Amino acid sequence: MAVWVYAEVTLDGPTPGSLELLAKARELGEAEAVALGPGATAAAPELGNHGATTVYASDDAVYADYLAQPAAHSLGRLVQEHHPDLILFPSTYGARDVAGRLQAKLGTTLMANAVDILSADAARTRIAGGTILVDVTLEGPAPRSIIVSPKVFTAAPTGGTAKVVTVAFEIPAGCLRARRTERHDEAASGPSLEEARVVVSGGRGLQDAANVGLLQQLADAIGGAAVGATRAIVDAGWISYSHQVGQTGKTVKPEVYLAVGISGALQHLVGMSGSKFVIAINRDADAPILRVADLGVVGDALVVVPALIDELAKRRA
Amino acid sequence: MNVVVLVKSVVDPSGQPRLGPDFLMERSGEGTLDPGDEFAVEAALQLTTDGGTVTAISMGPEGAAPALRRALAMGANGAVLVCDPALRGADTLVTARVLAAAARQAGFDLVLAGVESADGYTGTLPMAIAELLDVPSATFARKVEVREGIVRIERQTETGYEVVECELPAVATVTAGATEPRYPTLKGIMASRSKPLEQRTAADLGLDAAAITPTQRVQAATPEPAKSGGVVIEAGEDTAARIADALADAGVI
Repeated sequence: MAVWVYAEVTLDGPTPGSLELLAKARELGEAEAVALGPGATAAAPELGNHGATTVYASDDAVYADYLAQPAAHSLGRLVQEHHPDLILFPSTYGARDVAGRLQAKLGTTLMANAVDILSADAARTRIAGGTILVDVTLEGPAPRSIIVSPKVFTAAPTGGTAKVVTVAFEIPAGCLRARRTERHDEAASGPSLEEARVVVSGGRGLQDAANVGLLQQLADAIGGAAVGATRAIVDAGWISYSHQVGQTGKTVKPEVYLAVGISGALQHLVGMSGSKFVIAINRDADAPILRVADLGVVGDALVVVPALIDELAKRRA
Repeated sequence: MNVVVLVKSVVDPSGQPRLGPDFLMERSGEGTLDPGDEFAVEAALQLTTDGGTVTAISMGPEGAAPALRRALAMGANGAVLVCDPALRGADTLVTARVLAAAARQAGFDLVLAGVESADGYTGTLPMAIAELLDVPSATFARKVEVREGIVRIERQTETGYEVVECELPAVATVTAGATEPRYPTLKGIMASRSKPLEQRTAADLGLDAAAITPTQRVQAATPEPAKSGGVVIEAGEDTAARIADALADAGVI
């Protein structure tokens, strides 16, 4: 069985999510990767090292300059030439768009938010904020496409090497329409949410934008912790979107997740339910977050957090 | 400019779907407008203040009508509900075909939708629809502007934002940060009662049985056990010490 991974690459190499998918792909069958955009060829050895036997690669800037359409076009052409059985996509904004377009182009099935792949035609997902596991059978013509949630598989190098096949399809003018004209990257401060061992996240219970600074102070007091946020306070403009944890934000799986003044809307819970140990501070004893907490504190975050910062400073001294 | 807004009726807007005995999502009863779609409706209304129409389109059972009524009460000019028993259990491919056909029938310069639904959150549907309509698209728009036939979108990215431009017609999905959805006024609610809410079947849209056969089936559903061993305490004198101990036990301090 040929299992393809739609690998996302940057000039620094393949994204961690792409390597996670290769680990599963090679377990299911013959793993191959498709990498489109600047950095693709240079990323091929690392994709090979994670189990891809072939990398279909193009370094063409067209894939970075235009949204989704050129990538979906070339991926569709590759599918028609090579007939993979299954295509795995990472759960990112870019890959999700390509998967949606590919589905319509080929008339094939597409499943999102998978947390496991059971076979060539079955996968598992979670619904209802992670409370129900659902097994889904995928039917219709191949390939079946599956968008996999981040961090459900673990990347592991194999020491393998990949054959590189250069992709050089002509991109039709109809695909060169939605053009990126500017990019603005917010300077990342502190450790990344996805990699930090501790995440300190805040919600509406912080009461005011002025109190958001408490999150960073607590993160610093713990040491090496990243700051997260709910969609509610991101939408309110208290903190930038890059901190958002949840369905439309980042998925985190830290050793400890500290939820400060977060009620626990499902949109948030799906982004942090993989945390090993959850500490939640909330004034409302009925808040859903307390049901998923290992240690729940019913109290005012604005009182508990400063006391905790003092306590940590005392222990450090 | 004519804007089509794709909306979904959700039974529980907090996103807690229930499955029926046939493993299909329980969608009986009256639904409400998915909160994520309100941002798209608002963006559509703002883009047509100087002229044009907003048509809200949904696929769902009879109970989806209140969601469309809400869009009408907010200010949409018309609504279309694709309602057909044959569409029960539709997957993303079938839904994309239905909504693309309905949008084409209504006529559009721009199709807007929420980023993803509150209950299913697949987030791929608008792109599949854009492909079927053969138009350019952008997801995660936090700002949508249209000037002289060009749509300019500020698109949220994992590391900041980017600006995307394309010619109309186009498809865009709108994030929660884009707008502050208006609350329907009493006048708006009264006016909505006389606005057209048309129903269509799959056949009305020219879709045959093959086009609406789903390619996914749920085989099993298992509740995940609730977390056991969690403790909940009232905040008090020793709370900070308890939390610090927990952090120490986890080996992170």
